[in-house]
Amino acid sequence: MRIVVILKQVPDLVEEFEVNQDGSDIDREYLTLLLNEFDNHALEEALLIKDATGAGVDVVGLDDSGIDQSLYSALAKGADRAIKLTGLDTSSGWVDTHARAAMFAGWLRGETFDLVLTGVQAADDLDGQLAPILGSMLDLAQVSVVVGVHVADVHVADGVSAEQEFAGGVVATLAVTTPAVIGVQAARQPPRYVPIAKIRQVQQAGGIEQVAIAAPSVGAGLAVRRMYSPEQTSHAEMLTGSDAEVAEKMIELIRSRGLLK
Amino acid sequence: MVNDVVVIAEHAGGALTDTTFELLGKARQLADDWGGQAIAVLVGDAALATQLGAAGLVVTVDGPGFVEYTSDSYLDAVMAAIGDRAPRLVMLSTTTAGLDLAGAMSVRWDAPLVSSVVAVVAEGDAVVATSQIYGGKIMAECVITADRALVAVIAGSFPSGAGHRDGAPDVEALVPSAQGAARVVFRSRAEPAAGDVDITAVDVLVAVGRGIGSKDDIELVQEFAEAIGAPVAASRPVVDAGWLPKTRQVGKSGLKVKPRAYIMFGISGAPEHLEGMRDAELIIACNTDAKAPIFDVAHYGTTVDLFDLLPELTEKAGG
Ligand SMILES: Cc1cc2nc3c(=O)[nH]c(=O)nc-3n(C[C@H](O)[C@H](O)[C@H](O)COP(=O)(O)OP(=O)(O)OC[C@H]3O[C@@H](n4cnc5c(N)ncnc54)[C@H](O)[C@@H]3O)c2cc1C
Ligand SMILES: Nc1ncnc2c1ncn2[C@@H]1O[C@H](COP(=O)(O)O)[C@@H](O)[C@H]1O
Repeated sequence: MRIVVILKQVPDLVEEFEVNQDGSDIDREYLTLLLNEFDNHALEEALLIKDATGAGVDVVGLDDSGIDQSLYSALAKGADRAIKLTGLDTSSGWVDTHARAAMFAGWLRGETFDLVLTGVQAADDLDGQLAPILGSMLDLAQVSVVVGVHVADVHVADGVSAEQEFAGGVVATLAVTTPAVIGVQAARQPPRYVPIAKIRQVQQAGGIEQVAIAAPSVGAGLAVRRMYSPEQTSHAEMLTGSDAEVAEKMIELIRSRGLLK
Repeated sequence: MVNDVVVIAEHAGGALTDTTFELLGKARQLADDWGGQAIAVLVGDAALATQLGAAGLVVTVDGPGFVEYTSDSYLDAVMAAIGDRAPRLVMLSTTTAGLDLAGAMSVRWDAPLVSSVVAVVAEGDAVVATSQIYGGKIMAECVITADRALVAVIAGSFPSGAGHRDGAPDVEALVPSAQGAARVVFRSRAEPAAGDVDITAVDVLVAVGRGIGSKDDIELVQEFAEAIGAPVAASRPVVDAGWLPKTRQVGKSGLKVKPRAYIMFGISGAPEHLEGMRDAELIIACNTDAKAPIFDVAHYGTTVDLFDLLPELTEKAGG
């Protein structure tokens, strides 16, 4: 079995977001990029399947700034191959999901694989999520919001079984014919850590393959007229003072409502 | 141009979901403005069509293959229901089914999609949809000039009241064409296991998010919660990291809670979390990031570091 995991870097949400001068994108100059947390879960789920069955795991990303780090880190965790697709200019800012998906579809059409796993969403998914868009472009089965993928399930002759999560934590178990594209919400267990030293070691050995793909002509079909920080229609009343004073005020808020046991 | 607005209806446990009515109210308004009609597409459980009075037309697709939701057969069904109707706009929610279907429909129907939408307005011939991205920190106003488009709307963005109307919509039952072997087949459904405490049934909840940083430090939160006699709830990352059980998760894919007080530490206020707690009577948020979206929802807030605040709180609550 061959599993392809699609990785992407997104800005660290803990940072301060500013909009650029013409309001068309966020200001990316000082942003720290991190692996999309849901992609990290997708990678973990793939590695768990590899641990159990010996499946091959390839990681693939577009040639975004910083992607090498995520690819090397995936190799250090146990991925077999890392591939970087070049050909789409991502240097000038946000690239819509449809164009990204078309790049991956362009590559995957020439590959043999059983599963494509990727994060259920990314923080900058303005024009939809990658898994369903890619699945549809390839005309493959696709399932989103998945919290577990099991291969060699006795119920599934020619595919995998996937657990799809609904509101309230209700989980449906599905038989999914492969090849399939799956959007992973959470792996069965927390993503593994890999020591920095090991990543450095892998990095020194190199090993990211580059594949050129013709830039797609499709795009999201929409124009961002304006980006802005949300107007605060209401804002919390901020409690100020020393740590102790703030604590006292919070306790008083609870106490005054008769809620302190 | 056909100025109809289609809503992909959803149901669970034999009832239409709230978000279906939220979308329908908005669809009705847009369709009225444009001189078109609101059309609800209802896959499975065709009997629910009578509750969709706000729609001018309900297209149902029902039959043995549609008893349970699956991405593959429902996608075929909604595409068949749209057929050559050529609506101006198709509306879905960012629910699990909505996430499956919206992107896939956008490719199959070759129409632009705006996701994580919180507002939709008509501006002349264009649709302007506002999307909430970067965990709620940035709004993006998108102009769609194509003659058809899809939006996937965040729950709670529109009031559901306008979607609940009496009326007898026309119903068109679509007989699905013979399908090939489904690529996604439903096997079983499991409800979440009951936990040691029911966080939906208490007056006060103390909630913790990724800001706590490690499993060991959850204890700090637990000590305070104990001191005020409240259970500890959590955001999704805390649960996914295995620091607290799933039964404590609040939000879209967790539990919806409405306590008299919700006291939260290190939670940013992503839309998926807000979905589960925004109706709490009193919300107090501790977050070192003064721009965290949670402060738009909380009643009281502080940017004191949770590691400094919690020991003080525990001491004061005990004394
Ligand atoms: C389909 C789907 C369903 C989802 N369902 C849910 C759900 O049910 N529930 C849910 O919660 N999420 C859900 N999510 C995830 C959601 O998108 C967010 O990722 C999540 O809510 C973020 O959790 P958080 O606020 O704890 O973490 P973060 O967003 O990482 O926020 C951590 C916060 O802690 C603050 N902080 C850091 N250090 C300190 C400190 N020392 N003192 C004080 N503050 C500090 C930071 O400023 C930051 O704002 C879902 C996502 C998807 C795609
Ligand atoms: N609690 C639930 N959560 C999510 N989906 C559900 C739930 N119950 C039923 N469903 C799905 O909703 C559809 C209709 O279910 P029902 O109305 O119970 O026949 C089916 O496709 C089910 O898979």
